[in-house]
Amino acid sequence: MKHTISVLVNNHPGVLARVAGLFSRRGFNIDSLAVGETEDPAYSRMTIVVRADDRQLEQVTKQLFKLIDVLKVTDLTREDAVSRELVLLKVFVADAAKRTEVLQIVDIFRAKVVDVAENSLMVEITGDEGKVEGLIQLLRPYGIREMVRTGRISLTRAVKGKGNGR
Amino acid sequence: MKISGAQAVVESLLKENVEVVFGYPGGRIMEVYDRLHASPIRHVLSRHEQGAVHAADGYARATGRPGVVFATSGPGATNLVTGLANAYMDSVPLVAFTGQVSTGLIGTDAFQEADITGITIPITKHNYLVKEVRDLPRLIREAFHIATTGRPGPVLVDLPSDVTSAKVDYLYPESVDLPGYKPTYTGHPRQIDQAAQALLHAKRPVLLVGGGVQGAEAAAEARRLMDLLRLPVVSTLMGLGVIPGTDPLFLGMVGMHGTVAANYAVTECDLLFAVGVRFDDRVTGKVAAFAPHARVVHIDVDPAEIGKNVGADIPIVGDAARVLAVLNARLEELLAGRHHRGEALPPERDSWRSQVAEWKARYPLTYRQKEGGALKPQFVIEQINDLTRGEAIICTEVGQNQMWTAQYYKFLHPRTLLSSGGLGTMGYGFPAAIGAQIGCPDRIVFDIAGDGSFQMNIQELATAVANRLPVKVAILNNEFLGMVRQWQALFYNHRYSATCLRGNPDFVKLAEAYGAVGLRAERPEEVRPVLEQALAVTDRPCVIDFRVEREEDVLPMVPPAQPINKMLGGGEGQ
Repeated sequence: MKHTISVLVNNHPGVLARVAGLFSRRGFNIDSLAVGETEDPAYSRMTIVVRADDRQLEQVTKQLFKLIDVLKVTDLTREDAVSRELVLLKVFVADAAKRTEVLQIVDIFRAKVVDVAENSLMVEITGDEGKVEGLIQLLRPYGIREMVRTGRISLTRAVKGKGNGR
Repeated sequence: MKISGAQAVVESLLKENVEVVFGYPGGRIMEVYDRLHASPIRHVLSRHEQGAVHAADGYARATGRPGVVFATSGPGATNLVTGLANAYMDSVPLVAFTGQVSTGLIGTDAFQEADITGITIPITKHNYLVKEVRDLPRLIREAFHIATTGRPGPVLVDLPSDVTSAKVDYLYPESVDLPGYKPTYTGHPRQIDQAAQALLHAKRPVLLVGGGVQGAEAAAEARRLMDLLRLPVVSTLMGLGVIPGTDPLFLGMVGMHGTVAANYAVTECDLLFAVGVRFDDRVTGKVAAFAPHARVVHIDVDPAEIGKNVGADIPIVGDAARVLAVLNARLEELLAGRHHRGEALPPERDSWRSQVAEWKARYPLTYRQKEGGALKPQFVIEQINDLTRGEAIICTEVGQNQMWTAQYYKFLHPRTLLSSGGLGTMGYGFPAAIGAQIGCPDRIVFDIAGDGSFQMNIQELATAVANRLPVKVAILNNEFLGMVRQWQALFYNHRYSATCLRGNPDFVKLAEAYGAVGLRAERPEEVRPVLEQALAVTDRPCVIDFRVEREEDVLPMVPPAQPINKMLGGGEGQ
């Protein structure tokens, strides 16, 4: 099963290598990993999507927590969280008719065309996994030339307690 | 007061009460060596960085204090890798300082540059690349704190040469502030209570002790627990010495080369009370068949060990000494209550104790030393045990020598068996013995070695001679890589691929060339006199070449990935 775990870490050089290395060393597969600074520049938050059963997930969590630079590990799969991913893709459009079709699909998904070329369109979509995958599936028959994904980022819905919510 | 980074390193070591550093100098750590020279800290110069790191490890295991090792950048640092991995696997507190090229050159493939922090991420508890000299005192403080607390382990501090030559306002922090590092020492009271109840209600309980009991200085509490309930005890390799090897309740080592009684007891028990163990595959054999009838209580300071290999019914995260102290007090209370109410422990416990005693009597470890026949390696170890009365510090190499030592030396005290358990590092024992002898100058220190393993760090004879260390090296010389040969005999139809050590040196002459004492024994009756001669040497190392039976096997043996009660050469399976 896929789990989304949120890992709060010290914003130090080399921390990403420690976390990523731990996954490969312990034989856990990462589907995606996104990382960036938090509201406090001293910390970064990583959102990691990992395929694991419950026992493996427990090991991942415990092993992550052993890293000195890891402050907090949360399994967001079990929490009320908002997840988003941003995808840029270039889709092939052979003629005006195809172009119109693609533009309609993009419109329905509330995605955006961010660049136009002679026979391709660059599309930007943000959303949860269902929405993003849905658009990709529909555009695939036209020919997706190139695609880049940020990987999932997630945040729990309510701020627990007061203050800066860490 | 402004001092150099190098001076700050030395001042910090003094603050940490470091009395000895093991190491090997080089270009990028010269600044530190220069300051060390002017300090009261003793430096032990090895002949290879691997020797230095293993010596620091042996020092740490024997004394319980953190070992400190210095090496230069590049190859000096990479030569520490095996020793760090070894200490990490066996949870030994070490702090390694490495020189590094100056910060401006990092990443340019400069002369003797290696990304040692990158390389050692998976084999250290933590590591630091110090980029600003102002951080240096704090990071050293943190390094010692991390290495010695929680589950101990090695920490590496990488020191670029411009950082050690830069000046710093030196102030050693009183405390550390590590929000991401808060080891749990006190076990959960409800879990401890459950464990106490489980111990009282079990019909066939077994206590399993591991290296974590040694690390936590919890041997006395483990013995108290054994005595309170008269529990049969088994041990991992790393736990030997926690319970005296001569105790009637002690069944010996469990696992691949464990005793029949220990393996049967674990297989048949209904409560496995495990303290400071990590259920290595050499202990469990086939996991699905390991302790199949048992509820498992698992006490460990590292939460990640619980449920990693073997599921725990009652997990307790905490320091073994503290948890066992609370548990023992609770048990005494409960036992007094039961006594008062006239309630006995389950009657099956007496028959269980007789059962394990019967296994122990019926299936002892055996070998036959024929008079006038070839010398048996087990006999040599029994003679060492006899002459040292189980009181020596015994280091081992890895392989047959290690397993025979675990089987035949009756360890009486914690921290007296120093052996590479997790990583299985050939070449560990001799430098570890050097470190142990430096830490414990009044103890008898042996390295029980194979002819293969000893040659992996044989250059350290010079270190031992230079420091006038009376370490004894007992080579069980069979001119084979014995354990691999044994597996080839058993599982590869006796095809001895690359295991015959042709070209061994004359170890007696070699020892003499180094200025050590060299002795040899080829027949059983020569063993005792030669050992007595060796024990009389007090000012230099002594190497004894025991020419043993070439194709002796370590038995019993559980074939890999088999249930531990199915042993070759032992029990009902033979």
